[in-house]
Amino acid sequence: MSNILILINRILCAFFLNFLFLLSMPVYSWAHGYAGKRFFPTTISIEDPFVADELSFIFNYLKESGEGDEPPVDAFELPVEYTKRITPHFGISIGDDFRRLDPVGEGAEYGFGNLEVGAKYQFFTSAPHESLFSVGVEAEIGGTGNSSVEAESFSTISPALFFGKGFGDLPQSLEYLRPLAVTGVLGLNFPTRSSTTTSTIDEETLEIQREIEQNPITFSYGFAIQYSLQYLQSFVKDVGLAAPFNRMILLVELPFETGLNRGSGGETAGFINPGIIWLGKYIQLGIEAQIPINDGSGKNLGVLGIIHFFIDDIFPNSLGRPIFR
Amino acid sequence: MIKTFVIISVISVITIFSIGQKRALSHAMFNHSEPKVGETISNCPKQVRIWFDSPLEPSSSTVRVESESGNRVDNFNGHVDLSYATILEVNLPCLSPGTYQVSWKVVSLDGHSTNGSFAFTIE
Repeated sequence: MSNILILINRILCAFFLNFLFLLSMPVYSWAHGYAGKRFFPTTISIEDPFVADELSFIFNYLKESGEGDEPPVDAFELPVEYTKRITPHFGISIGDDFRRLDPVGEGAEYGFGNLEVGAKYQFFTSAPHESLFSVGVEAEIGGTGNSSVEAESFSTISPALFFGKGFGDLPQSLEYLRPLAVTGVLGLNFPTRSSTTTSTIDEETLEIQREIEQNPITFSYGFAIQYSLQYLQSFVKDVGLAAPFNRMILLVELPFETGLNRGSGGETAGFINPGIIWLGKYIQLGIEAQIPINDGSGKNLGVLGIIHFFIDDIFPNSLGRPIFR
Repeated sequence: MIKTFVIISVISVITIFSIGQKRALSHAMFNHSEPKVGETISNCPKQVRIWFDSPLEPSSSTVRVESESGNRVDNFNGHVDLSYATILEVNLPCLSPGTYQVSWKVVSLDGHSTNGSFAFTIE
C-alpha cells in the first residue's frame, strides 16, 4: 500500500513540476536537423550532429555468436531516447533500453539496460556549406539496469565530437553528388572501474572462484554516408520520383569501436549497416541490415529499425521548442 | 525508482501537451515546382510556382529568380497564393535563353523556417 502511495506521489510531483517548468517556456520555435537547405535525418547507429526535440524508438535484433562454452544468444534490444533543447543550440537527452537475451537452450532473460543521460552543444552551423559541429558527453549510469541482461555495475563517461557535412556546395559538373552527406562521431569511453570481479561458488568443491573482467577505455568512431532522394528531387533535378521515394534517404552507417588498453588495445569491433530512411511530416522511419566486420563483432547478420518522432513539429508551441531563446 | 520517476516524468509531459494540442503543423517541405527542378524548357515561363506540403505564412515567405550572373530577373512580386496557401509564386518577364536560379524561403504557420534553391534552363 505504501508503495502505491509513493508511486502516486511521484506521479503528482512529476506532473506539477513539469507543468511549472513548461509554463515558463517562451513562445518560440526553431528548426531541427537543418543546415541551410540540408536536412540531416536521425541515423540509427551514429549519434546526430545536431540538437533537437525528438523521441526515438529503436529496435535491434542480432544473434550473438557463443564463445567457448557459452551458447549463441538471440539478442533483442529496444532502446528509447528522448532529447530536449534547453536553448536552440544546447540540448539534453535521457534514454534506456529494454533487452531480451535468449541463450540457445537456456531460458530467456528480460530487463532494462543502464540509464543513459547526455548533453550536447551545437557550436557551429554553416548554411552555405551545409555543415554542423557539436560536442557532447554521455553517461551510462552503472547499476541502474538489470545485471541479468548484462547491464554493467559501473558507469561509463563518453565525451564526443559530432559532425555533419552536406555536399550541396559541389560544382554544377558534380550536381548528382550534391545529395550526398556524411555525419560522424569521434569519442572516447571511460569506464569508472578498470575491472569487474565476479565471484561464483563451485557447487562440487564449494570453492569460491573469481573471474576478473577488464574494462578498457575505448575509442568510438563512425560515419553515416547518406544519399538524399528528397534533396535530389527538391534541389538538383526532378527525376519524377513519387511518394514514398521522394522522401527517402539511402545510407550506410559504419559504427566502430577500438579498445585502447587493459588487454584489448587495438581490437576493433564494428558493423556495416546499409539501409533506408523515410521522412514524414512528423515521424521518420528507418530500417538497416547489420553486417559485422570481423569475428570479434559477430558472425551473423542483424537488423536495426527506428521510429522517430519530430517533437518540435508535433508540439511546435509547447514541448517542441527550446526552453530559453 | 529513479528510472520509474524519469519515465513517468517524460510520459506526463507528453500527455499534458497531447491534451489540448489544437493543431499540429510542421516544417513546410518542397513538393514540386513549375518549371521543374533542373528542367530545360524551350518556351518562356510566365511565372515560377512552387508547391509545399504545408500552408505558408504569407508575410514571411518569399521567392526570387536570378540569372547566372546573379542579377534578379523576376517581377519582385514573390508571394503566397491567396487561394492556395501551400503555393509560392513569382511572375517573370519573358526571359532570354540561359540558366536561372530560383531561391525560396518559407515559414510554415507554426513558425518553422525552411529554404532552398534550384535551377532551370531556357534553351
